[in-house]
Amino acid sequence: MIAIIKYNAGNIASVKNAVERLGYECAITDNPDELRSAEKVIFPGVGEAGTAMKYLTEHGLDTLFKSLTQPVLGICLGLQLMCRHSEEGNTDCLGIFDTDVKRFPPKDIVPHTGWNNLSDVRTPLFDGFENDDTVYFVHSYYAEISPQTIAKCGYILPFGAAMQKDNFYATQFHPEKSAAVGERILKNFLELKI
Amino acid sequence: MLKKRIIPCLDIKNGRTVKGVNFVDIRDAGDAVELAKRYVIEGADELVFLDITATVEKRKTLIELVKRIAKEINIPFTVGGGIDTLEDAQAIIRAGADKVSVNSSAVKNPRLITEIANEFGNQCVVLAIDTKFENNEWMVYVHGGRTPTMLRTVAWAKEGEQHGAGEILLTSMNNDGTKNGFALDITGAVADAVNIPVIASGGAGIAEHFADVFLQTKASAALAASIFHFGEIPIPQLKAYLKSQNISIR
Repeated sequence: MIAIIKYNAGNIASVKNAVERLGYECAITDNPDELRSAEKVIFPGVGEAGTAMKYLTEHGLDTLFKSLTQPVLGICLGLQLMCRHSEEGNTDCLGIFDTDVKRFPPKDIVPHTGWNNLSDVRTPLFDGFENDDTVYFVHSYYAEISPQTIAKCGYILPFGAAMQKDNFYATQFHPEKSAAVGERILKNFLELKI
Repeated sequence: MLKKRIIPCLDIKNGRTVKGVNFVDIRDAGDAVELAKRYVIEGADELVFLDITATVEKRKTLIELVKRIAKEINIPFTVGGGIDTLEDAQAIIRAGADKVSVNSSAVKNPRLITEIANEFGNQCVVLAIDTKFENNEWMVYVHGGRTPTMLRTVAWAKEGEQHGAGEILLTSMNNDGTKNGFALDITGAVADAVNIPVIASGGAGIAEHFADVFLQTKASAALAASIFHFGEIPIPQLKAYLKSQNISIR
């Protein structure tokens, strides 16, 4: 079973729909036992960092999250919450990735909205990714590039489009909204062996 | 590099698409989900569903449709038409829409933009503006273009951004249906005035019109309905043409 972490973030249903389209059973849950025993855990997120972290902390989900040992995939705000700190609401985050989240300088349209290319993609998450493939982004904050960056994107400046540390994976873009390219990335994650 | 977006718009009435379609491989041209899936395969970058049903039964039918679309479609989609309250927006987003568009209701009560943005984020709120050039001014119209307002278009777009809109969908009533091209002047003026994406709408007739709006304004996306529905400009050909004009296209 694939577990999607239930918390106060918007449009979790679209992640569930995407996982089910790939033929996997999937549940949205905040039950600690279900989360610990799931084959894979997905941590989606659309919303505001401070509000989301507060909810996770109050519900003990922060400690639980860090203790997960199966493959975990953060999406969008999920990636940002897995970093050390976010400028959004001056929020201390989960600290899984050794990098910080900053707001895009207003040198171009913010949020970064739409389809963009990736570079320096690494396996296994990006197996099969072609040079001119694009994925869908919508975000105003970005994670700085670090040794844990496994895909880069450029908009206003280069930033981390995907990250990995041990069993923890994350994408700033929305694989569930990135048509066939996103489906393959999600499939690569769902097929990971522990 | 960030791509310019091509967005087909589907008009929905009583849960079905209004305009006829002549795709040979679609059995039911009125089924919004089948048509939407077809657009995804053709390379549409996003979809907009505009509900034009005018009955009290509409909400239930629309919510059911949004749920079906969300199950089947793997690109972002916006739902608009008659979203008057935060509760309306909540129901549609919870059914699986990525964004809602507000128009007349936002003119009447700009705080609606802020309320939706505060709950779901700015990126969820598209401010749709219908604009008409008259007496040397681009003015805002509401109620499907039937009612004039005292609002000037650029000023209203900026105000909408300040209230928390994440995107502007700008339709020129002078150009809509003419197939003579997008309104480059007002699209350019609005895109220069705000720092959020602007979607140009109204007037697309040939592929060159899309190139014009992307090369001559800062519009992030272009929307059209009938030319896609009737297959006058197939999306793959349109995209190939725009690429040949060195426009950043997916």
